[in-house]
Amino acid sequence: MCLAVPGRIVSVGDDALKTGKVSFGGMIKDVSLALVPEARVGDYVMVHVGFAISTVDEGAALRSIELFKAMTARNRSDTAPAEGEGGTTP
Amino acid sequence: MKYVDEFRDRGAAEAMANAIRRSVTRPWTLMEVCGGQTHAIVRFGLDELLPEKLTLVHGPGCPVCVTPVGLIDQAVALASWPHVIFCTFGDMLRVPGSRRSLFDAKAAGGDVRLVYSPLDALALARSHPDREIVCFAVGFETTAPAYAMAVKEAARLRLSNFSLLVAHVLVPPAMEAILSAPGNRVQGFLAAGHVCTVMGYTQYELLAAQYRVPIVVTGFEPLDILEGILMLVRQLEEGRAEVENQYVRSVRRQGNEAATALLAEVFEPSPRAWRGIGEIPASGLRLKPAYAAYDAALKFQRELAQTTGNTEEDPECRSGLVLQGLLKPTECPAFGVRCTPERPLGAPMVSSEGACAAYYRYRKPAMHETSGSREDER
Repeated sequence: MCLAVPGRIVSVGDDALKTGKVSFGGMIKDVSLALVPEARVGDYVMVHVGFAISTVDEGAALRSIELFKAMTARNRSDTAPAEGEGGTTP
Repeated sequence: MKYVDEFRDRGAAEAMANAIRRSVTRPWTLMEVCGGQTHAIVRFGLDELLPEKLTLVHGPGCPVCVTPVGLIDQAVALASWPHVIFCTFGDMLRVPGSRRSLFDAKAAGGDVRLVYSPLDALALARSHPDREIVCFAVGFETTAPAYAMAVKEAARLRLSNFSLLVAHVLVPPAMEAILSAPGNRVQGFLAAGHVCTVMGYTQYELLAAQYRVPIVVTGFEPLDILEGILMLVRQLEEGRAEVENQYVRSVRRQGNEAATALLAEVFEPSPRAWRGIGEIPASGLRLKPAYAAYDAALKFQRELAQTTGNTEEDPECRSGLVLQGLLKPTECPAFGVRCTPERPLGAPMVSSEGACAAYYRYRKPAMHETSGSREDER
């Protein structure tokens, strides 16, 4: 029920609901942008039941992805047993 | 970047699971509050990556599951009325009331429409001025702003044939009810990322301080959930009880201020009964008096007065225990035998976020072996 899906804003409307076009991997849907007044064309928004509820913070997302990459690299170079009981990484 | 695949990387998931294993020294019980997270955990098998010392229990965060039987009965009554077009999200359709579901009402000729957004219902109100459009407003804080906006828009357009049967529920009072229950075993929470996207997490800071319980605001992709668990485990192992935000790409501490202002304008807190759990003070929302004309329960009070009868749950349904994390769906004797998505005893088996539905969908083979040996099913 609380599912929200990321999509990219293609256009912003000027009606009462600020209805814009949002692309979900190429599929374009009408979305109310009234709750994200800061959002601009090109921004990603999280969309729930026809309303954008947040603008995705790209910088924050990139920092998360960098962290995942660093953890993956460290994990691969670790020679610790897969079960982890003998893990020595602090 | 699409903000999906990047958060499903298998190598990173394994690294995260290893980091969790290295961090855990003692047994801990964690609860993910949101049914969307429950489904991701069961679907991607995230629980199977975790060390044995960690127990994940599934929380009450499925609004469909906690909508009380009496409200389903009211919905069924309204949907059966010839003047009404009754709008609902699809997963309410098969939820059993005391006697009938909305699906039964539809089969018997009721005009029940599945909508994707409250705005679809608003469009129906404009195109059918001769019919009453009643919308089943189900959902947590994530969904409530959409209904608040629909009501405001109906008022602006002077639509008098649009109303809501309000069943909105709030997450923090439910977490508090779990924490203050005598049998509570939850030591840390993954808070629901999209509820917090709307509301922020200052309310959770009060809970964390009062109950000395760590809370991590967490997203919905596999890496989000694993990172949330890692952050929670580190807090527990270090003896901290803070609110941390894993879902930084969507959640800000103050939430979405346009949405919270809208909620405060249209709705106010009210006591609410949770199906299988009971009444929790100030855990629901109702329309403010200024918007009473859009409240279906008031507008159709006389018609609905006849529906208040027996609103008991099927006695065999153990969903109350499941929703409080006290019973795993597969531990219920009726699971997959007398309770299936086609013939549910309770709501968690039919909601797209229900814990029972998640286990039935993703863990059925294992279950069938056990039930097949006992019961001659199929």
